[in-house]
Amino acid sequence: MKILDKYLKQAAPLFAKDGRLARWYPLFEATDSFLMGSRLTTRTAPHVRDALDLKRVMIMVVISLLPCVGMAIWNTGYQANLALQALGIAGPSGWRGAIMAAIPCNPDSLAANLLHGALYFLPIYLVSVTVGGIWECVFNIVRGHEMSEAFLVTSLLFPLTLPATIPLWQVAVGISFGVIFAKEAFGGVGRNFMNPALVARAFIFFAYPIRMSGNQIWVGVDGFSSATALAELAEAPVAAPITALNFSWNDAFLGTIPGSMGETSTLACLLGAALLLACGIASWRVMAAMLLGGLGISLLCWLVTSPGNPLCNIPPHWHLVLGGFAFGLVFMATDPVTAPHTDAGKWGYGLFIGALSITIRIFNPAYPEGVMLAILLGNVFAPLFDYVVIQANIRQRMLSHG
Amino acid sequence: MIHYLEIIFTALFIENLVLSFFLGMCTFLAISKQVKTAMGLGLAVLIIQIITVPINNLIYNHLLKADALAWAGQPGLDLTFLGLLIYIGVIAAVVQILEMFLDRFMPALYNSLGIYLPLLTVNCAILGASLFMVERDYNFGESVAYGIGAGAGFMLAVVALAGIREKLEYANPPKGLKGLGLTFVAAGLMALAFMGVAGFAF
Repeated sequence: MKILDKYLKQAAPLFAKDGRLARWYPLFEATDSFLMGSRLTTRTAPHVRDALDLKRVMIMVVISLLPCVGMAIWNTGYQANLALQALGIAGPSGWRGAIMAAIPCNPDSLAANLLHGALYFLPIYLVSVTVGGIWECVFNIVRGHEMSEAFLVTSLLFPLTLPATIPLWQVAVGISFGVIFAKEAFGGVGRNFMNPALVARAFIFFAYPIRMSGNQIWVGVDGFSSATALAELAEAPVAAPITALNFSWNDAFLGTIPGSMGETSTLACLLGAALLLACGIASWRVMAAMLLGGLGISLLCWLVTSPGNPLCNIPPHWHLVLGGFAFGLVFMATDPVTAPHTDAGKWGYGLFIGALSITIRIFNPAYPEGVMLAILLGNVFAPLFDYVVIQANIRQRMLSHG
Repeated sequence: MIHYLEIIFTALFIENLVLSFFLGMCTFLAISKQVKTAMGLGLAVLIIQIITVPINNLIYNHLLKADALAWAGQPGLDLTFLGLLIYIGVIAAVVQILEMFLDRFMPALYNSLGIYLPLLTVNCAILGASLFMVERDYNFGESVAYGIGAGAGFMLAVVALAGIREKLEYANPPKGLKGLGLTFVAAGLMALAFMGVAGFAF
């Protein structure tokens, strides 16, 4: 480390304002501060001493996503191996088959599941992080901004919301749209008003619906049809939809069900949530409010039994573990940039998203999953929540202080 | 009652004139710098829609439609080709009255709306609402509901965009995107989010 530090210090003048490589300063600064920490010190008051500076915040989010990544890799492999076993095929076709020839595709084997899942997750992740990173570099170098680790978060969140069979070029198109139009057009991290990862997902969701919804795409085996829990429930008997599922609440909580790669495991999301809350990065108000909003609407629908819609009759505690509700609640809605900044605004925002995502899920047959779109709508209205809170505060202070 | 609520909800979210039909963009983009002004504009559009859509509905059903003039001894007369002219005339009259009202009682709002207030006469969102009303063959009650929904939908969109633009004061876009360009990008992203409510079924 010391040698590296010395080397970086020696290289620094090259990238300084009138150094030979000044144009590439953002890349140098990113490497330097990623490996060594920030070399900048504040010269004037106020001084805040905290190990968790703005750069490290994003790294903590990446760390808190690791349980979800692990579950994504394992579950993708598990689902694929299960499907292969059900179809009576020894191994996958194509290049994945060549690699998987090393281990038998046995859904009971941890190694086989992890390896098979990694063969799906890693290409998607690599495309996402490379393409996202290239755009980030282009914008930062041309505009002379410093790199921010936030793009690591965006390019990790995005693959986790995708099905395992997504074509890689669609991943590239999606992340390009998200990074350029939802973030860099506004000047980079902290200046955007919508979550870039969600915009990326929404974009390919509407642009290429065949590869983003339906029953064929969730398991990485050609021609194997496996509906997500929500799609299955929409077709279930009206009176007791849960009985149509072939797994228990615990399975859904642990995440051993088909779905987008990172969103199936509520447990992994909870582990991430614990870390985010412990570091004070995510707002507990948004999380609590979204939970309350979702529970409230699903309880209401559950109590008022509907004769025609099986989704109305899902017990509220099931809603929390199905689809992307937990993932959106922990990692998407709490994005500190796109959520409101006032405390009361955060409550309103969370309640709005929670209620709307369950409402879309139940009443909108066009989209079996409403969390993504509910959070995007929440982002649209987030500034208004702040506006209302601030205006109310101004009015109150006018009244009490004249 | 449920039927009317459905029309309002549909016009408000699912078939939002601005965000899914992209009508009335000029006013939408021009008067959305501040939430306060946007609210004033939204209210003005709401009032105009609530008045003009039902009036145009009455005119269409009792004067213009084929055989509508049978009561005056003119069966077989179809004046729908005059529709466009007459709807705009009605809208112009209502806008004129509203303008005089605002000038007299709310001069601050009148001044901040500026040229865009009289331009509401030729605002395509407002004319669009009347034309949609004709196309969908709404009766009088439905047209009132549609007027409320369409106007409130415009208000919702313009106020939300104004909130975002107030936040975008802190944005640092590339030179070519400054100002209106960035607003277009923001409006596009808003429309993307609004697609989430399209397709609701009750």
